[in-house]
Amino acid sequence: MDFKDYYRIMGVERTASQDEIKRAYRKLARKYHPDVSKEADAETRFKEVGEAYEVLKDPEKRAAYDQLGANWKAGQDFNPPPGWDTGFEFSGGGFTGGDASAYSDFFESLFGHDFRSAQTGRRQAGFGARGEDHHARVQIDLEDAYHGATRSITLQHPELDSSGHVSSRQRTLNVKIPRGVKQGQRIRLTGQGAPGLGAGQAGDLYLEIDFKPHGMYRVDGHDVYLDLPVTPWEAALGAAIKVPTPDGPVDLKIPKATRSGQKLRLKARGIPGKPPGDLYVVPQITLPPADTDAAKALYRKMQQELAYNPRSKLGVETS
Amino acid sequence: MNQKTVSGILLDEQLELSLNDLCRACSRSAEWVIELVEEGALEPIGQEQSRWRFTGSSLRRAQTAMRLQRDLGINLAGIALALDLLDEIETMRAQLRQLE
Repeated sequence: MDFKDYYRIMGVERTASQDEIKRAYRKLARKYHPDVSKEADAETRFKEVGEAYEVLKDPEKRAAYDQLGANWKAGQDFNPPPGWDTGFEFSGGGFTGGDASAYSDFFESLFGHDFRSAQTGRRQAGFGARGEDHHARVQIDLEDAYHGATRSITLQHPELDSSGHVSSRQRTLNVKIPRGVKQGQRIRLTGQGAPGLGAGQAGDLYLEIDFKPHGMYRVDGHDVYLDLPVTPWEAALGAAIKVPTPDGPVDLKIPKATRSGQKLRLKARGIPGKPPGDLYVVPQITLPPADTDAAKALYRKMQQELAYNPRSKLGVETS
Repeated sequence: MNQKTVSGILLDEQLELSLNDLCRACSRSAEWVIELVEEGALEPIGQEQSRWRFTGSSLRRAQTAMRLQRDLGINLAGIALALDLLDEIETMRAQLRQLE
């Protein structure tokens, strides 16, 4: 088990006052709150800060923790010295986290047992409580939003057995991803969260949809964008060409005098729904390489015969 | 092991939840939800309270509000502001992604 340096997590000195600790906690909690922060490890950091505060805000627990000594380093292998908590009494009062099993093994080994009995006692006295909601993220391909899909997701949950030990149980769920889902939307699976206590109902599972980045398409809400390379003659003269869509290739008419970056709309070819999104094709004019004598001759011929100055509006001559 | 396929409810703008559904999903009282509506943080469809309907995005906002209040001790006026700012940040992030 790794030793946790609660002072370092909180970014305060070992001599910090209770007020300083509270201020540090408030600041870090705002910074790493999973609803506010988009950092990948925000949730872990938020829990870590919560655990550190749980110990340091309570003078009894802080004194017991300090007694372990200042020589421990974060991550060092740790076992509580025998009888380390002699002379301390943990009433379980002031426990606000709500779920002791969310804390680290290190916390559990120091304070866990007393808390758990205090917690369970309190919970059993009531008439049952609704189980906690769980949250998970599921990655899908853009094509899945067009056709619907089934995704298998694995969830870990902490479980409390009759002797009060916490173990982690794995559960696999096959979930239907409905057609027409959009980035960031959530699916609620009623009753698939944590089991309720006593007569309480189970919590719900919320799944957030996350599109994997696509090599070809960009997604904006229910609209989809495709950068489409075209030749200069297709752009200049107009053409009927085949373009890929997540739903399979379709025929598209490129109007004459098409410019790079223009948006050509394919109505209702975006993500399906009510209303469906559109697919925007954005032409990118690409030049054939002048790597043969014949190609060079053609470019020279254009130069002589077209008398084209793309910089006429900038007030300069072609050469 | 549970291997059967389950389907859930897509929390989109077509979804309509009652005041009671919203309270249950947030483990909060009707008064709490009504206060959020009065702050302008939630916009139900319909006039009378008993007929209010909330969409999937209202549910998301209400649950975020619940967690911000529980974890950071922000009052409801502060939460209404935070929710608006979070929305604005999300819009800008989406625009940034388009430019990348």
